[in-house]
Amino acid sequence: MSKIIVITSGKGGVGKTTTTANVGVGLAMRGNRVVLIDTDTGLRNLDLLLGLENRIMYDLIDVTSGRVPYKKALVRHKKYESLFLLPTSQIKDKSAVNPEDLVKLCNEMNSEYDYIIIDCPAGIEQGFKTAIAAAECAIVVTTPEISAVRDADKIIGELARADKNNIKLVVNRIRPQLVEKGDMLDMGDIDEILSINCIGQVPDDEAVVMATNRGEPVITMNGSPAGQAYKNIVGRICGEDIPFLKPPKEGFFAKLKKLFGLL
Amino acid sequence: MLDVLMKVFGKSEKKSGKIAKERLQFVLIRDRASLSPEIMDRLKNDIIAVLSKYMEINTNEMEISFANDSESAALIANIPINSMRQNLRR
Repeated sequence: MSKIIVITSGKGGVGKTTTTANVGVGLAMRGNRVVLIDTDTGLRNLDLLLGLENRIMYDLIDVTSGRVPYKKALVRHKKYESLFLLPTSQIKDKSAVNPEDLVKLCNEMNSEYDYIIIDCPAGIEQGFKTAIAAAECAIVVTTPEISAVRDADKIIGELARADKNNIKLVVNRIRPQLVEKGDMLDMGDIDEILSINCIGQVPDDEAVVMATNRGEPVITMNGSPAGQAYKNIVGRICGEDIPFLKPPKEGFFAKLKKLFGLL
Repeated sequence: MLDVLMKVFGKSEKKSGKIAKERLQFVLIRDRASLSPEIMDRLKNDIIAVLSKYMEINTNEMEISFANDSESAALIANIPINSMRQNLRR
């Protein structure tokens, strides 16, 4: 039986696809058989983040329309061989796949994989409804910005309305210095506002940009704070109890500088 | 100069993170309380159905709306009654 997880956010650009790629790679690094399904039809990107853009032969629409069996459309990852991508179509639009298609596909895949991770498009329209249809668990990605948190709240409401009550939160692009200065929502604020079980606090990290440039998710880079945060998320998905990383404490000189900066 | 003095005496303005939190809490109360027009219509029809067992109401002039402030949300209904049902009179 596979565990089916949808990664969603409401707002675009908060790191849904980055989270999908990292969670997928992280689960595969632990030896799980994982399939990632990109449902952001028309705006295909998961292939780029995984470095698989040149290996695509068929896509999700070819599968749901019955043109090819799903196994023919899966792209195996070069390095993590238990990781597969089912890319979406770059040409069709989001209405080309309906919720029943995706439920049927996930049922077919069910015995073959440990995890099925679905990358959801932004928004709350048809594409969202399709992406969540088969999932038993939803990971809502947000950033510590009012617009992203508001949209996350909306998505949590929509998920509850669709009877998806196993919802986890990932807060992405946290800037510890801004939080410390009081100029960014902190985890306590977000917890209080959304009241959703948080499984990830990912710091803003230049390594994510470099990783995306290379098509190798940041979780594979040692020493990257964001990579470590994603490793912890994967551990928590696997049921481990991992404490949250504390942001690095400000040193004496930084405090001194701040004191002088004040005057 | 005034700015510097304010900082020295700790009268600095509210941090933007705190402002963000307050604005969010405010807007979410409204977001969460709002109902789609379809649901509002269904609610209205259900209220009419229940009340009509007891009285004849003026459905053209009845008004149902949501009122929100930062503390709470309330359903405000103004329902004019034409007459009470005969069989229910004492």
